Amino acid sequence: MERRNFIKSIGLTVTAGAAPWVNTVQAQTGPIRIGLLSPLTGVLAAGGKELVEGFELYWKQNGLTLAGRQVEIVIEDDGSNPDMALQKARRLVEQRNVHFLMGSVLANTGLAISEYARSSGTPYFIPVVAADELTQRKRVPNIIRVAGYSASQMPRPLAEYAYNVKKVRKIVTISQDYTFGHEQCGGFSQTFSELGGQVIQQFWHPLNTADFSPYMAQLKNAGADAVFAMETGADANRFIKQFRNFGLQGKLPLYGAMNLTDQSVIRTLGEEAGGIISSAHFAEGSDNAATKKFVAEYVEAYGKLPSIYGFSLYSGAMWVAEAIKKINGKVEDKTAFLNAVRSIELTNSPLGRPVKLDSYGNPVYDVFIRETKVRPDGKYWNVPIQTYPGVSQFGKYDPEVYMKQPPYSRDFQGIKKS
Amino acid sequence: MSMTIFQLLNGATFAALLFVVASGFTLIFGLMRIVNLAHGALYLFGGYLGLTVANLTGNFFLAGIGAAIGIALIGLIIDFGLLRFVRGSELRQVLLTLGVAFVLNDLALVLWGGDTFSIQVPAFLDGPAEFGDVTYPIYRLFVLLVGIVIFISLGLMITKTRLGALIRAGVDDAETVSAMGVDIRRVFIYTFMLGSALAGLGGVMGGAFLTLYPTADSEILVYSLAVVIIGGRGSLVGAAVGSLLVAMLSTFGQVWFPELAYFVIFGPMAILLAFRPLGLFGKVA
Amino acid sequence: MLANKKQMVYVILALIVLALIPTLMPGYKTSIATEILIFAILAMSVDIMAGYTGRTSLCHGAIFGVSTYVVLHYVTVIGGSVWMGALLGVLAAMALTMVFAALAIRTSGVYFILLTLALGMIVWGVCLRWTSVTGGENGIRGSVATEWLLNKQNLYYFTAICFAVVTFGMWKFVNSPFGLTLKGIRDSESRMRTLGYNVPLHLFIGFIVSGFFAGVAGALYAFFNSFVSPSTVALAQSVEGLLMAIVGGVGTLFGAIIGSILIISLENFVSLYTDRWLMIMGFLFIFTMIFAPTGFLGAARNFIKSREKR
Repeated sequence: MERRNFIKSIGLTVTAGAAPWVNTVQAQTGPIRIGLLSPLTGVLAAGGKELVEGFELYWKQNGLTLAGRQVEIVIEDDGSNPDMALQKARRLVEQRNVHFLMGSVLANTGLAISEYARSSGTPYFIPVVAADELTQRKRVPNIIRVAGYSASQMPRPLAEYAYNVKKVRKIVTISQDYTFGHEQCGGFSQTFSELGGQVIQQFWHPLNTADFSPYMAQLKNAGADAVFAMETGADANRFIKQFRNFGLQGKLPLYGAMNLTDQSVIRTLGEEAGGIISSAHFAEGSDNAATKKFVAEYVEAYGKLPSIYGFSLYSGAMWVAEAIKKINGKVEDKTAFLNAVRSIELTNSPLGRPVKLDSYGNPVYDVFIRETKVRPDGKYWNVPIQTYPGVSQFGKYDPEVYMKQPPYSRDFQGIKKS
Repeated sequence: MSMTIFQLLNGATFAALLFVVASGFTLIFGLMRIVNLAHGALYLFGGYLGLTVANLTGNFFLAGIGAAIGIALIGLIIDFGLLRFVRGSELRQVLLTLGVAFVLNDLALVLWGGDTFSIQVPAFLDGPAEFGDVTYPIYRLFVLLVGIVIFISLGLMITKTRLGALIRAGVDDAETVSAMGVDIRRVFIYTFMLGSALAGLGGVMGGAFLTLYPTADSEILVYSLAVVIIGGRGSLVGAAVGSLLVAMLSTFGQVWFPELAYFVIFGPMAILLAFRPLGLFGKVA
Repeated sequence: MLANKKQMVYVILALIVLALIPTLMPGYKTSIATEILIFAILAMSVDIMAGYTGRTSLCHGAIFGVSTYVVLHYVTVIGGSVWMGALLGVLAAMALTMVFAALAIRTSGVYFILLTLALGMIVWGVCLRWTSVTGGENGIRGSVATEWLLNKQNLYYFTAICFAVVTFGMWKFVNSPFGLTLKGIRDSESRMRTLGYNVPLHLFIGFIVSGFFAGVAGALYAFFNSFVSPSTVALAQSVEGLLMAIVGGVGTLFGAIIGSILIISLENFVSLYTDRWLMIMGFLFIFTMIFAPTGFLGAARNFIKSREKR
């Protein structure tokens, strides 16, 4: 008796469950579908929103057609969470049939997506995800850092600046406890210690730490000349505020990763955001004509100064569009597409100088040392105060020698014992 | 400044915030036997509401009041509109509040978006306070003050007013109170609204120094659970002691055993639940 | 074996449907079907506790995820064989369950929920902070599958076979004398005690059996996902498993399967049109608690029973 009823109920459910899956089968010709992943919620929500805005700005300016084909952008939220990023990547490729993936911000989400891209062969372009190994020890032909950078690339000149110009000798680092943090701190610490400086102590905290109070006293009492803070997204915002509220601003020089002082972070801050020194290839306060033009256009489109996320995806869109034009829109031919992407030299970059990949797949940049300064309208932005030209992902090291040392992690920070 | 004093202050100020939120939770749990898993969502929603009020009026204190009233109303809707259909079954109540938590969390996402927000504090509360060689954020000290004031106020309400007496009696034995002719339903509703208001107020207080973001609700909920379990159901003193313990464990745990930070809080909670579920100050029902 | 011919027919029908899925729903949908089967096993393991033993728990996600972590760690970091990894994963899940059970069997009802929640949080905290072993925020990623399992269809068939075997095992378990004792404990613990049953021992074993099945689901998930992170052991995972069991109908075992189909299909379907998946799940929970506490299957059975009374 019960069995029959039960089978009926199962039957009804299976049909109910199956009905919504009668999806339209996507045709293989027709529009070029781009799957854009971005953290629209979670610790990087502010940056994630700008990632999408920067990307869309390019298409707004240039139209949504390439080589006669319509361009469709499908956006999915990766939630600043690697599990969700992986699910969405799968969905984009297998359910929505996108031709390639782009985006994501956090290194851990980027790595999760990369693993999927590697095993499925889907092209994945990462203007922001900066995990070192994707263009070093674990390079994969279909994952390309268009208009991007690698994590340890940027802090090395900062370490040189701190040691040589500012005469910092003892430093304490505080960072989010994940790949990007390990690599930024590693890049900084290795260079700093090799110059003769001392890394006194290193603090690591989980992503989305709301309360930095346990760390503030320790930073103060560590006996260092300066602090290097590697924070992104909401953590950066909270850290800067609390740094001031605990009386450390002005007493302890603050050096930061580029993400610490990014527009998406300091836009809502006041004087607590001033006087922080960071390093990056992009500075919205730069004098360069191409950068100024880009900043003006961005302000006109969105009413705010561009962040690195907006700038990077704008450049990334430009890069990919040029590659697609080069192969006459035939994105289905993956090999030709990837070769085209790899061979692009971006001449119209908002950086005002050509950008192309080194032989390992990561661009070489002129890195600015930037300081956060106040504008006449009261907002803060990053202004270059010194330039270190021609910085590659390997810094001053020989690539093959460098890749023999282990990747940066909690346990290996490249610190030279003196 | 001594590191220990500094960390003690960190713990105490965090404890104050936890107390405000957990006291609401323990009142509801103690009197109505409801584990309100939406309590964290009420905190977050209150914070966002306060943010809107602050943006509209430019006044931080109005934001706190607005949030408390707003969330009390939402609490009324939850209790009167939903929970009354599942009276009598503790399990169904718990799971229903879980559903409410999801709805509130997603609604907040729709209304305010996924960015992290901070509620602006008035200038006289902003920045560092310096006395001697001690530098500490003024606002956190303010939170500590508010926590103490609320503790005293709630204590007075519970011991000196009729409602308070009814709540105390109800925590001990709700059936008898009802049998004595008191409209226990009314007491329940007021308690639920009060508990919710406290959560909402906590959201504004917390939103100013810990910021508001979509996962803050489950974080504060889990802390509140730990406080109430350790301190004991239905006891304000228990909530205060529990808050201090949890906050200190959290602060010092992060400094001394960063790897085990969560274990340090949930370990004691688990042990207590296993061997002494009534906590330190809870009474046998 | 099975009591009568009718049951045999239904079972064979179910197996045929199971076998035909990749043909009826190819490509991406086969992956969804695989996912449904894996979570159905998790949901059923939750039901063994919630439905048959009367102890609603919020730690099964942690048990499930620990198994996944062990499999992934063993295969990608230690470089061991996939099958050994799966075995270790299930054993780890059972060991963890033993610890949970030792602490939790004294409690019941709401306190049991809270205790299992706390225990799950501890596991989550460890996975998040013990970076050297679990990869912390980065999780552990890497292909955990033998050559032939890399193919999605093959993975589906493998999962389907495991699912059929495991479901049969669970069904036998809950209908065995031991299982009936558990139901008795759910209905009235004091009565069972007076009748002389060793209640704590029964609870302990029941919990471990439930943990075993959650561990199996976790190992299969490792094969399916090739990735694990703290999200896999988080509270949300336990909640989702519980939701599936409840929506389908606690105490029915097969209800959990329905719950898994419903929830995962809904999630995939709804996400095509809106991002409001969480809100819909919340309303589903509220609705179920108020109107259909016996779940979909329970309500369906009640409805059909009331029709038959006429």
